[in-house]
Amino acid sequence: MIAASVDQTRVERFLYEEAALLDGWRLDEWAALFTDDASYVVPSNDTPDGDPDRELMIVDDDRERIFARVKRLKSRHAHREYPSSRTRHQVTNVIVDDGGDGTLRVAAAFTVWRFRNDRADFYVGRYDYVLVPGGETFRIRSKRATLDMTSLVPAGSVSIIL
Amino acid sequence: MRDPGELAGLIEDDEARGVFRVRRSTMTSPAVLAAERRLVFDASWLYVGHESEIGDPGDYVRRTVGGRPLFMARGRDGAVRTFFNTCTHRGATICRQASGNAKVLQCFYHAWTFDLSGNLVGCPDEASYGGTFDRAEHALKTLPRCESYRGFVFGAFRADVEPLDAYLAGAKEYLDLIIDASEQGVEIVPGSNDYTIRANWKLLAENSLDGYHALPTHETYFKYVADLERESGRTIETSATGASSSYLQAGIARDLGNGHAVTEKLAPWGRPLARWSPLFGEETREEIAATRARIAARFGEERAVRMCDNSRNLLIFPNLVVNDVMGVTVRTFWPVAPDEMRVTAWQLAPVGESARMRAKRLDSFLTFLGPGGFATPDDMEALESCQEGFRADGVEWNDISRGMLRDPRPVDELQMRTFWRRWDALIARGAAVPA
Repeated sequence: MIAASVDQTRVERFLYEEAALLDGWRLDEWAALFTDDASYVVPSNDTPDGDPDRELMIVDDDRERIFARVKRLKSRHAHREYPSSRTRHQVTNVIVDDGGDGTLRVAAAFTVWRFRNDRADFYVGRYDYVLVPGGETFRIRSKRATLDMTSLVPAGSVSIIL
Repeated sequence: MRDPGELAGLIEDDEARGVFRVRRSTMTSPAVLAAERRLVFDASWLYVGHESEIGDPGDYVRRTVGGRPLFMARGRDGAVRTFFNTCTHRGATICRQASGNAKVLQCFYHAWTFDLSGNLVGCPDEASYGGTFDRAEHALKTLPRCESYRGFVFGAFRADVEPLDAYLAGAKEYLDLIIDASEQGVEIVPGSNDYTIRANWKLLAENSLDGYHALPTHETYFKYVADLERESGRTIETSATGASSSYLQAGIARDLGNGHAVTEKLAPWGRPLARWSPLFGEETREEIAATRARIAARFGEERAVRMCDNSRNLLIFPNLVVNDVMGVTVRTFWPVAPDEMRVTAWQLAPVGESARMRAKRLDSFLTFLGPGGFATPDDMEALESCQEGFRADGVEWNDISRGMLRDPRPVDELQMRTFWRRWDALIARGAAVPA
């Protein structure tokens, strides 16, 4: 029943590199991973299966908003993240499936830690990606970070990129 | 040295000199929090939820109101009731899911069963009580008062509060502006933002209608909106009567009575009801224009400007905010500790709007609002920063005097003074009478 994809190692490597870009605050390089028709979505805690056209999300970015988010986070006036927090994006349990249309459907578990001013916040949940293979790497057509926590306690906000 | 739990002299309100100050102990003292639970929260109407969340008989939603576990349900008789979420037998919570529909709710501990009107309909081995058991005495306990204003359901923990209609006073007009603009009424959209802020709850009451902080705190948001206009080559649609060259300096602030306050202004963002913005896309221009025309035909141009173009930040004392801005958010909050609050926020939307406009509305909301928006996280940071500053304990007063000596605008602080005057009156009144 288990047919490990030949892409498993390459996909894992890609996700680790994406995590390193976020943890290194190399946000322009991170945004450049996305396709023109990309989306980055974080559903509300109580509607994990939520549809951004019908339900209230926490984040629902298209490519333009992804770039706007990065521009904002790089400014000195995004007060929740200036000075920047330290983060660690940990990605595990990676399952790669063939999307059937030339894409890969990737599910993974994440734990994202955020540290700032003696404060420790965490985000735990599941990533769902649609990746488009291209050359030696991939581009992200969609990234959905579904939180397992039932509320945003203790973090309060999602001021970083998950 | 002054006792930090002292409840007198917390406010200095000098109209003649134009000075209004609030002692910072109001934000840090456990004794003040204990007093305000009893004298503010228990003496006020508190928002529980919206009737649209429990549209059908048997629908229920679990809620925490003023820190207390409750639930709101629609019985088979169609009536909306608010219950303390605790079994009348030995205390376990009865409603254990965030929402749902049920004929009965059963306590899992000893299997007492209640219908959605609160009646005890099942008690295993009832005969063992010796024939004296009175089911009516063990019905689920409802809040002493529960009333609704046009779908907004409020509860009160004391029976002697004035009727909700009188309590809401001038705030009703501002709920009406939102509700009337929607031909089929309004509803809460599924999905809520439930988060914590490590700051005193009153700081969010202040912040939610503070026009003065908008430009400095939210500079990145206004840049984002300006970028949208520049990149699209289109500007946010503005009627001639609503136009203003100095967006954030204009507008009004009003004391609505009973601690409620509002600001109203033309703001530099689109409104999904009927003020087009490049964010909504060219394809929505006609639909938004048609909505606006219908509103103008129904209510006249002057009221249409208010409904369609203007934004409003409304505080219903003590802990309900209805901000009718780039979306309509309904936000309630309650203290966990002097330096911590919990916040729940929803989005309110017109019933029956097109799927396309609903999607745009949801999108517009997220540009500014919510824990992942381009502004709300910075508000949280500001509030937590204030709370941290209070720990310095080297400055005794907050200054809330701005605009006392002129007709108040949204960038003034009349809104906060309105809240604080009511708060202080309740605290002082109660402090004079032992509990």
